[in-house]
Amino acid sequence: MGALGHYLEAEGIATTGISLVREHTEVIRPPRALWVPFMFGRPFGVPGDASFQRRVLLQTLALLEVTTVPLLEDFPDEAPGSAQDDEPALACPVSFMRPAESGLPGAVQREIADLGPWHARSRSGHSSANPGSNASGLLPAEIARFLLASIDDLAVRIYREDLDRVTALRLACHDLKAYYLDAVLHQPGAGSARAAEQWFWDETAAGEMLLKLRDACTRSSDAALQRFGAKGIVPMRVTIRNRTENR
Amino acid sequence: MARLSDLSAGEREYLIGRLKDLQGFGTPACVKGPRLADRRIAIISTAGLHVAGDPPYSEATAADYHVIPHDVKSGDLVMSHVSTNFDRTGFQQDVNLVFPIDRLKELRADGLIGSVARYHYSFMGAAPAARLKDKVHALSGLLKKDNVDGVLLTPV
Repeated sequence: MGALGHYLEAEGIATTGISLVREHTEVIRPPRALWVPFMFGRPFGVPGDASFQRRVLLQTLALLEVTTVPLLEDFPDEAPGSAQDDEPALACPVSFMRPAESGLPGAVQREIADLGPWHARSRSGHSSANPGSNASGLLPAEIARFLLASIDDLAVRIYREDLDRVTALRLACHDLKAYYLDAVLHQPGAGSARAAEQWFWDETAAGEMLLKLRDACTRSSDAALQRFGAKGIVPMRVTIRNRTENR
Repeated sequence: MARLSDLSAGEREYLIGRLKDLQGFGTPACVKGPRLADRRIAIISTAGLHVAGDPPYSEATAADYHVIPHDVKSGDLVMSHVSTNFDRTGFQQDVNLVFPIDRLKELRADGLIGSVARYHYSFMGAAPAARLKDKVHALSGLLKKDNVDGVLLTPV
């Protein structure tokens, strides 16, 4: 991000920007930056809080009038509700039934169905401001079928002709996880986004499916799939706890 | 929350390890301009955003930019960033958390900025900085044709 500031300013266009990693910005030294203490993925603080977003935006834009550069300023406040995100992962309210005879495919499809009403709720909650599409273009049930088939055979037919295999897998993984987290965060008693993520990996059949996919990719002889398996499925911030021994 | 001390050991090591690749930019240029209330603002995000139906980001297209019209509907925006190491639930609820287009329009309506650019852009942050330089040269010409004199750079 900071590099873009250097390049654009050298081309004659004034820039200002958000910094999420202060240590990086101190080294890159872009013309103007506002460091914010928010979690990765949330440069303007809080979803649905227009007044807080506006404060962050206005303070960042105000730096455009500064002519002594580089300037790195700190935003003074934490994001509202961020203390909850820093708490140890809370138990999520959802507990899925897992009939033994259904196996992993049945369990994933059942979870997807169970979360359907809550995902629909999440779509209607912020009428005009939420993205309505996903990047893969698949329905959750279709994603699950593709990922389960990929675990068995990484040469399985890709669902879109314009995608390479790693991109197809990546979009499918991100979209399915987004479906789960979006839905569960709209249930009563939901914890923080961080707690929901830990729940996804610890307790859901979909999380188990993605861990199996990770294993399949890292065992592959294809270097791109190996890289995807090693770094592109399980976030660095997540500790796989309950399942490591059981799989 | 995004302080290094608050992150997992793996995240911290990764981010510290990247420091050596971020050096050498030197002192930045400084472009002066009118007061904020008279500026035309464009957003450039590195969140890997694009209009649904556009080709998604991949390792091969990491340095490409996508064009986002000012009147894009939130429901038409998708994120295909290759990294799994950031929260996506906030964006799923409110695109303004990452791409504050509605907030920008509100500032325009309140007279706090001059105008909102016709086109905005997204890169993907995982792209190596050196690969972005040529793209930025082309992009700066487009921004000038749109009379943009202030760019908001937003990471993810």
